[in-house]
Amino acid sequence: MSPTPAILHASYALAHAPDLVRHGSKPVREIARDPSFLPRIAGSLRPWDEVVAYPPNQVFIGNLAPEDLASIPRPWYENRIDSAATDGPFGRMVTQAALYGLMKLCDDFDLMAIDGDLAEQAGADLVDFDHRMDRITGVDPAELRTVAEESDGLDLHHEGRRAGFIRTAHDQDEALAASVLLENLAGKATAVLALSDLLRRSRLGAGEIDYLLNCGEEAVGDRYQRGGGSLSKAVGEVVGCVNATGSDVKAFCSAPVHALIAAGAMVAAGVYRYVVVLGGGSQAKLGMKFGAHLRNGVPVMEDCLASMAFLVGPAGADGDGMELRLDLAGKHPIGAGSSPKAVYESLVVEPLVRAGLSMTDIDKYAVEMHNPEITEPGGSGDVPRMNYRTLAAMAVLRREIGRGDMDPFVAERGMPGFAPTQGHIPAGVPYLGHALEAMRRGSLDRAMIVAKGSLFLGRMTQLVDGVSLVVERPEVTRRHG
Amino acid sequence: MDLTGRRVVAIGEREGVTGPSLKLLAESAGADVVFSVTQCFV
Amino acid sequence: MDLEDQANVNRLAETSGTDGMVVLLGQPDANSAGLFAETVTRGDPTWAGPLAGVPLGLPVYHVLEPEIKEQMDGDLYDEHVGLMELSADVDEIIEWVAVYRD
Repeated sequence: MSPTPAILHASYALAHAPDLVRHGSKPVREIARDPSFLPRIAGSLRPWDEVVAYPPNQVFIGNLAPEDLASIPRPWYENRIDSAATDGPFGRMVTQAALYGLMKLCDDFDLMAIDGDLAEQAGADLVDFDHRMDRITGVDPAELRTVAEESDGLDLHHEGRRAGFIRTAHDQDEALAASVLLENLAGKATAVLALSDLLRRSRLGAGEIDYLLNCGEEAVGDRYQRGGGSLSKAVGEVVGCVNATGSDVKAFCSAPVHALIAAGAMVAAGVYRYVVVLGGGSQAKLGMKFGAHLRNGVPVMEDCLASMAFLVGPAGADGDGMELRLDLAGKHPIGAGSSPKAVYESLVVEPLVRAGLSMTDIDKYAVEMHNPEITEPGGSGDVPRMNYRTLAAMAVLRREIGRGDMDPFVAERGMPGFAPTQGHIPAGVPYLGHALEAMRRGSLDRAMIVAKGSLFLGRMTQLVDGVSLVVERPEVTRRHG
Repeated sequence: MDLTGRRVVAIGEREGVTGPSLKLLAESAGADVVFSVTQCFV
Repeated sequence: MDLEDQANVNRLAETSGTDGMVVLLGQPDANSAGLFAETVTRGDPTWAGPLAGVPLGLPVYHVLEPEIKEQMDGDLYDEHVGLMELSADVDEIIEWVAVYRD
């Protein structure tokens, strides 16, 4: 009998990166146009303790439930959590010094140099990486200055000073420019953090992982492949997954759900026993909406790199996981059309109807979980709320609920957005950790994760993408199975 | 506003009505769609 | 509005004039629709793009407005807009777009 695939553990991380905001795609372009943005951004960034105590961040690492966030008044950046901690049941937050340290211990090509003070601070802030700590070495300020003056690359800042440098690896190759390498190294380092934490939460050793599926949005490769490379094994190597191989799944924001379905299928087919889906943070998206934040006098809140990792294996193999109902996987086929109705019909309704279920048989839906406090100042609205309203409208059209039941549908089966705007990170999957906890407690039976991707951004098609999956409490699967 | 024969610039959004959808709709009203785009905010 | 799209709209207006041109919006949110409507009428309110300080004054409508809806194919409309008619704050969106049109 083939194994039933399950998500056994989930892990999330937030790395505070205020001094990397200036290297985000939007800030780079805008600062070049108007250098006065640089000090204005710096003046609007939040200190570490405020970032830790920010309610959506506490939800992201599991110290608060999404339902708790609904009862905290906005603006959340002013209603901070007094008892906030950097460690949560399925996530943690690290300082910028720790982030630089992680990048340094992931830097196999000596691309990056940091000064001695930063190296020391990184060493103090970073735990659990004993086997590579000797790579976090600093240079003296004079040497850093020489490196920065004699090489092409980018200055890296920390606490108001130039504290490091990342160099361009090939002077004629845009794919190996310092800005690209910074994105890739930041993605790798944060993915390493999530994977390392995932394994700490599991009883498995790193050597037991068979396959790694990275689903981040970075583009690894040189001029002949650009984004055609892979980060999976690079991440696994740092964490000691010596028996794993891996490949990357690329599908814009919907990649994590594609990857989870692929991982579930690998486990179910018996190809691999333990597969990890992982994704690092998006350096390019730091400070993406800073202009709107400055105009509205709110903090520049896109100040953390987010990452995640999920362990997929046979149900019950490592604690009570939640079962991946591969028979309920939803897809948005090419021929479906891109109207919202067509998208939700194919992603949500079709798989449920196939199994004789209705929309109200799903206890919780996880959609695009972007934190509305980040998106609203720019006029992009509350994306999760709009998604939940659309789901409720779909249930009305199907005559499952009345028009007057839309608000209760949204309140009961939805949740406020709490994820940073980090591309692939917010697309449904930030809820998996909460779902796992709720299923372990027995307070949740079935959840659907719905992710969408904007394929049109690459200018190769006008299509959107979408994919969905259903996770279930094992007892529920057995009862109905 | 009679759309017949008008030159329409369609600005759609992924979470709302997309550019290609607006184009189809405007054409059904007899308009000539000269530009259509889908914005993605996230 | 995306800077490149602002440039595209600006180029269209410059090369072929704004006579007979209409902007049709599809945003699901009043603030967002208002921002686009403002950009193509009074100019980019964020002062970041090519339409900053360029009041094109284009007539702008949202696909949810009744006078637009009634000109479109009914079946197509149900398929592409029906769900948003139910889920969005229709009156608020129409109001905001009208603020910049009138």
